[in-house]
Amino acid sequence: MSDMPIELSLGPLLFNWPAPRVEAFYARIAETDLIDRIYLGEVVCGKRAPLLADVLAQAADRLAAAGKTIVWSSMSLPTNPRERRAGRDLGAQADLVEINDISALADRAQDAPFVAGPLLNVYNESAARELMARGCVRLCANVELPLTSIASLARACPTLELEVFAFGRLPLALSGRCHHARAHGRHRDSCQYVCDQDPDGMAVRTLDGQEFLAVNGVQTLSHGVQIVDLQPAVLREAGVRALRLSPHSCDMVAVAAAFRRFADGDTDAAALRAAVRETRPPGALISGYLHGGAGLQAADG
Amino acid sequence: MLRAAIEAGADSVYCGLRDETNARNFPGLNFDRTELIEAVRWAHERGAKVLVAINTFARAGQTDLWKRSVDTAVDAAADAIIAADLGVLAYARDTHPRARLHLSVQAAANSPDAIRFYAEAYGVKRVVLPRVLSAPEIAALIKETPVEIEAFVFGGLCVMTEGRCALSSYATGRSPNLSGVCSPPEAVTFDRSPEALTTRLGGLAIDRLGPDDSAGYPTLCKGRFDAFGQIDYLFEEPVSLNAMGLLAALRTAGVRAVKVEGRQRGKAYVARVAAAFRAAIDALDRGEDTTRFERQLTDLAEGGRETAGAYRKIWR
Repeated sequence: MSDMPIELSLGPLLFNWPAPRVEAFYARIAETDLIDRIYLGEVVCGKRAPLLADVLAQAADRLAAAGKTIVWSSMSLPTNPRERRAGRDLGAQADLVEINDISALADRAQDAPFVAGPLLNVYNESAARELMARGCVRLCANVELPLTSIASLARACPTLELEVFAFGRLPLALSGRCHHARAHGRHRDSCQYVCDQDPDGMAVRTLDGQEFLAVNGVQTLSHGVQIVDLQPAVLREAGVRALRLSPHSCDMVAVAAAFRRFADGDTDAAALRAAVRETRPPGALISGYLHGGAGLQAADG
Repeated sequence: MLRAAIEAGADSVYCGLRDETNARNFPGLNFDRTELIEAVRWAHERGAKVLVAINTFARAGQTDLWKRSVDTAVDAAADAIIAADLGVLAYARDTHPRARLHLSVQAAANSPDAIRFYAEAYGVKRVVLPRVLSAPEIAALIKETPVEIEAFVFGGLCVMTEGRCALSSYATGRSPNLSGVCSPPEAVTFDRSPEALTTRLGGLAIDRLGPDDSAGYPTLCKGRFDAFGQIDYLFEEPVSLNAMGLLAALRTAGVRAVKVEGRQRGKAYVARVAAAFRAAIDALDRGEDTTRFERQLTDLAEGGRETAGAYRKIWR
C-alpha cells in the first residue's frame, strides 16, 4: 500500500455558478486524466439545486463516459421537505454516494457503500467504526482534524479509505440563516440568488482590513485557501489515500496538475505552493488545522 | 448553581464533568466525580433530575476519557447522558444499555430523518434541537418524530448550526467540537483607546465599541466585519436568545422540555431565569396568558438586546 499513488478527487462545487459555467467546467474536467473521482451535487442550499439539476446530470454522463468515478454528494443541512426528500432519495440509492448529513443514513440500506463527507462530525475511530458498520468505505476527514488525529483514525481503521481536504476555502460553518442574503438586505426566502455574484464566496474582512472569511449562502468558508503540502511519504504514513480539491474559479486543471506532480514526488512543497499561487486562488495559502493550530495559519513559504 | 436552579423550580439540570468531554469546558464550571454523585443525590431528594453532558467529539486515539466519563455519569446515577459523538453514543448503548440517552444539540439533528437515525441506532429518548428551526417547523417536526424534543429558550444564541461550526478554531485553534470551548477566554483581548474599545479574538479585530456601547462576550458570529462594502454585524447582532414570548407556541407544538443556558452564568441569574420560566410554564398549565413574563428577563440579555432567533421565520 505504501507505494500506491495518491489519488486526486474533485469535491462538490460549493458555489452558485451559472449553468453554462458549470457545464464548461465539468467538460474540461472530463478531458483531463489528472482527477480520478468527482463528487457532484448541490450540498449547500436546496434553493439552488433545481437550477443545476439538468446540467449536473449531463456532466455526470460526460464524466462517466470519460472513465471517471462519479459520486453524488448529499445536502449538508437538509431542512425543508424538498431538501429532505432529495436527501432521502440519494440515501436510498444503492450506488456509492457521499453523505454530508447524518439524515441521509436514516433510510439507507445497512450495507450500501458510502463516503462520509467532511461535513459529518467524525472526529475519532469509534465514530468511524460506527459508520463503517453501516457501509462507510471512505472518509473525507473533517477539516478541523490535525494530521495526528487522521493518522490515529487510519491506524485504528486500516480498511477505511482516507481522503483529506487538500485544496480550497475550508467549509467552516452552516446556518439556518443566509448571511449572503442578509448582507444584501434580504431574507433567505426572498434572496434573489445573490450568492451568484461571488463565484468563490463573498470576502469578509476584519475591522483592521485583514482577510478572514468568505460567505457562500448559508455556508461560511475560510478566506484562506487550504493547501495540504505535506510530503507524499508523510501522507501515506498517516494513511491518506486521496487528496480532495475543492472547485474554485481559478484554473482547477492547473491546480490538479500541480498536486499530481507533488503527489508523485516530482516536485517539492515549495514548488506546489508556487504553482498553486500562479493559478491565482481566491486567498492566501493556509494549513494550520493539519498541524493542530488555528486553521488560518499560513502554509510555510 | 445546580442547587439554585432546582430551588428556583427547574425540573432538571444539565451539567458536565470537569474536562474537555463537555461543551462548556471553562474554568470554574462543572463537577468532578465526587461532586457529581453528591449533586445527583441532592437533586433526587428534591424530585429533580441531573443530566450529564458528555457532548464534545472524542479525540482520535484518546477516546477513553469520553468512555470513562460515560461510566462516571452512570455510576453517579445521573438521569440521562447528553451526547453527540457517534462513538460516545455507541459506547453508552453497548456498555450501559439501560442508561437514558439524550442527543445533544451539538449533533445538529435538525430533521425528523436525522432524529429517526439516532433513535433507531442508539435508542436516544430525547433530542435537543439546534437553533435553526422556526416554531412552525418544530411543530411539523414533532408530528413526525418518535422521541421527546427539547428546545433552547434563553441564553446564548448560536447563529450557526451547533456542532457544524468551526469559526472559533479557525481563528484560535480551539472550538466546541474539538475542545469544548467557543471563543476561548485566553484568545480574547481588548484594546482600549479614549475613543473606542476594540475587541479581538486570536488577534483579529471583531468589534469596536464607543464609550456608551455595552459589550457582550466576544464571539465571531456576533462580531462586526467588512463585507459587501459595508461594516456591520454580518451574521448577527450581539444579542441573546429569549423565546419567552414563544413558550405557548412551543408547548402547543409539543416541545417536551425547554432549556435555559446557565452554566456560564451566576447563581442569581440562573435562579431568576429558572423562576421566571417555572412561573410562566405553571401559568400556561393553568390556562393563563404569559404576556406578563415576556419583559421580565430583558435586562439579563447580552448587550441588553434579545431575539427570538430562528423561532421566528423572518430571522433567516
